[in-house]
Amino acid sequence: MTTYLITGSRPYGGDATDILIADGRITAVGDSLSAPGAEVVDAAGLIALPGLVDLHTHLREPGREDAETVETGSRAAALGGFTAVHAMANTDPVADTAGVVEQVWRLGEQAGLVDVVPVGAVTVGLRGERLAELGAMADSAARVRVFSDDGLCVSDPALMRRALEYVKAFDGVVAQHAEEPRLTAGAQMHEGDRSARLGLTGWPAAAEEAIIARDVLLAGHVGARLHVCHVSTAGSVELLRWAKARGVQVTAEVTPHHLLLTDACAESYDPVFKVNPPLRTDEDVAALRQGLADGTIDAVATDHAPHAVEDKESEWAQARPGMLGLEQALSVVVETMVETGLLDWAGVADRMSVRPAAIGRLAGHGRPLAVGEPANLLLLDPAHRAPVDPAALASRSRNSPYAGRELPGRVVATFLRGTPTVLDGKATR
Amino acid sequence: MKRHLLESADLDRSDATLVLDTAAQIEQALAGREVKKLPTLRGRTVVNLFYEDSTRTRISFELAAKRLSADVINFSAKGSSVSKGESLKDTALTLEAMGSDAIVVRHGASGAPHRLANWVRGSVVNAGDGTHEHPTQALLDAYTIRRRLGRLDGVRVVLVGDVLHSRVARSNVWLLHTLGAEVTVVAPPTLLPVGVGSWPVEVGYDLDAVLPKAGVVMMLRVQAERMNASFFPSAREYSRRYGLDARRMAALSDDAIVMHPGPMNRGMEIAAEVADSVRSTIVEQVGNGVSVRMAVLYLLLGGNEPA
Amino acid sequence: MASSTEPARSPSPDSAPSGAPGTLLSAADVARVVDRMAHQLIERAASLAPGADDGGLSDLVLVGIPTRGAPLARRLAARIEAFSGTAVDVGTADITLYRDDLRLRGVRALEPTVLPDAGIDDRLVVLVDDVLFSGRSVRAALDALRDLGRPRGVQLAVLVDRGHRELPIKADFVGKNVPTSRSQQVKVHLTEVDGTDEVLVTEERDKS
Repeated sequence: MTTYLITGSRPYGGDATDILIADGRITAVGDSLSAPGAEVVDAAGLIALPGLVDLHTHLREPGREDAETVETGSRAAALGGFTAVHAMANTDPVADTAGVVEQVWRLGEQAGLVDVVPVGAVTVGLRGERLAELGAMADSAARVRVFSDDGLCVSDPALMRRALEYVKAFDGVVAQHAEEPRLTAGAQMHEGDRSARLGLTGWPAAAEEAIIARDVLLAGHVGARLHVCHVSTAGSVELLRWAKARGVQVTAEVTPHHLLLTDACAESYDPVFKVNPPLRTDEDVAALRQGLADGTIDAVATDHAPHAVEDKESEWAQARPGMLGLEQALSVVVETMVETGLLDWAGVADRMSVRPAAIGRLAGHGRPLAVGEPANLLLLDPAHRAPVDPAALASRSRNSPYAGRELPGRVVATFLRGTPTVLDGKATR
Repeated sequence: MKRHLLESADLDRSDATLVLDTAAQIEQALAGREVKKLPTLRGRTVVNLFYEDSTRTRISFELAAKRLSADVINFSAKGSSVSKGESLKDTALTLEAMGSDAIVVRHGASGAPHRLANWVRGSVVNAGDGTHEHPTQALLDAYTIRRRLGRLDGVRVVLVGDVLHSRVARSNVWLLHTLGAEVTVVAPPTLLPVGVGSWPVEVGYDLDAVLPKAGVVMMLRVQAERMNASFFPSAREYSRRYGLDARRMAALSDDAIVMHPGPMNRGMEIAAEVADSVRSTIVEQVGNGVSVRMAVLYLLLGGNEPA
Repeated sequence: MASSTEPARSPSPDSAPSGAPGTLLSAADVARVVDRMAHQLIERAASLAPGADDGGLSDLVLVGIPTRGAPLARRLAARIEAFSGTAVDVGTADITLYRDDLRLRGVRALEPTVLPDAGIDDRLVVLVDDVLFSGRSVRAALDALRDLGRPRGVQLAVLVDRGHRELPIKADFVGKNVPTSRSQQVKVHLTEVDGTDEVLVTEERDKS
């Protein structure tokens, strides 16, 4: 295995130093290291952070390989600085058995760019009727710990309660897509002033908040872990703050797009901005940033949702919800959280690596940049600014809401257990 | 004027007034003539692209285009390539390749005309999109009000009914506001959008309270099926609380008019004796629609290079 | 703006005004020209209806082409009545919707089309316009007239004929012939529209 000497980078944005990587681990950190035979990576001016961990992606395989595959999604992830990504269960077939989750896990191994961690479905076929074989998935080679019907809400309160309880046996967590379906029939965008004007059916904030309120009460009652996917409203942040203060074991994630974009984007009727939960208001964006800054929201997760051109180049109502996120996630966090002073680089590492790894129970990820730790890390050029060109993305799809928008930061290199997956801003495989 | 007419907000006050003035001049120029045809758009092609059945709107646009000597192609989504799964974009590009200068589009999805406008070089006229807007309906309504009452500035217009699902309501709210009218919307709260508070309108739930001061009462179509989704308990209760009957009509001032974009549900939102009364402009609205649409087509297409 | 204090001058036919723009007709000139045209119209009407009690004038309809042809037609009618004691019918015909150059000129607001109650069928219509140039306005007006009725005859009266015809059209009554170059503009100002009576020749500002 090649030995790498990374010179002059600034771990967590601190003082410049050198990092030596050998045999998949960090073997030395210090000034003016020398390592004969090592490949030198000049990282002067770059920030070093632990490899990012995404709790929420849709890699579309099996079923919609025209939109994304585990391999193309893995490459997008590596280019975004990720070393581990969770792959949601709403594939075709649904990842609701040990067989499917193992298939996805093996595809990730073959791609070899990030650790692909399958999420298991909570209910059979995502139908919300009865539990899938959660234990079998936990015991499989994929070692599933996060379970979610994401895309759909586990809306039956009794079923949700049982799922929360059941996964305690193997330290699992239910990641809830919080959306009361009876309140969002036909919903197209955030319900408010803009939906009223645009004539698009509204998705009320209360439909998310009602489920979160219910689920934190259930999680508290049965003493189980609950994770809330893609929190999008100020009210949800308030509920989470309240629940955490009461000692409920609840964690939550926010997407990059909910940190940056608002429902004003819908005025173009361009479905690239259609997403579920929908883009909300300026007030919600401010509350989400604040919640992420103070730790009420634990993690940034991309909800990377590739869609084929024909599923987006259409009327708004006909288009499928979702947007790309992996390759711009860190840039969006830099713009919304770092450049605003809400998070320092250690905070970014915490919300994008340490805490998501802990929620997913991923050993070997989210570890500090310290001697003896697995060499999962990224190098970021924070001074770089460039407009996003969807055609240049590694994802198989092009539905980036940031097309043409100038964002800060560029991932120059990513290392997965000592092996570079990205060098000079390009994927190594 | 912008190149497209996608929503009322595309028209500022001078544009909107220009459309109404032009419609009036066209109407006057053609009044009493044997040959009701002008050569203005000779050689231009207007496509009526209708994804929803709407015979009256389609015929109105067709007549308007033909009276300006444009070639008109009616493209109905039913029984066409669209029903075989062709996307809106592919349909648009096909029509443009065939040389259409303007596409008049009716679509069930809000914003479909906006999408179309991104894909074609010709003009796009929104003939009704989902629950968003129907700007030429608002123009013909404004035209009708101005003809009947002589002005729009300061006129009190009351819109009654299913504002939530009504593209006619949205277009009228913004256009009438642009033209200086004072708009009040009246409906059961379930049929008003969350966010109506941001509109430049007064909001009321009590029809009887607003009728005496109204110069115009515009009744919106209410689908009886809405009661199945609990927007209101029953057609009877809706009609009793929000329908315009002879008793309520008697509360109107002498010169107040009653409008309806059609098609009407007689007995539901409007009683037959109201629809057929001298206050009613319902038939007049249809006639004015042709003049207004001629004005729109002339102003959008007349000066542009062909696509 | 061209100086209106410059002395009025009448360019000779072989030396089209170039360089310094100037006033072609003053207010008094315009009045005199209109009077002369009114007399010519009276004579023409009489010659076409020999022996008629009214000198053929009740047969006449002056149809102005907006914008400035319309007030011009009304002035001519007023002068005819002053000279002959007989009122003549006046109308206006907006030709915008009949133009073949909308694509080049862009759309403009329409002006009224108003015909006398007696209509134009079987009468002598005199189209009235301010400037005769390419002839395209007149062609459009002829098309419009065809849709408005069936006159017995159509003639054309213009205040200024500046040449450069693109169509085989000729005026029957001309207030003033003004040879111009294509790059020049002839501007007719009438009190009813512009607040003053005058005819100017200017060098065209650069087209953008």
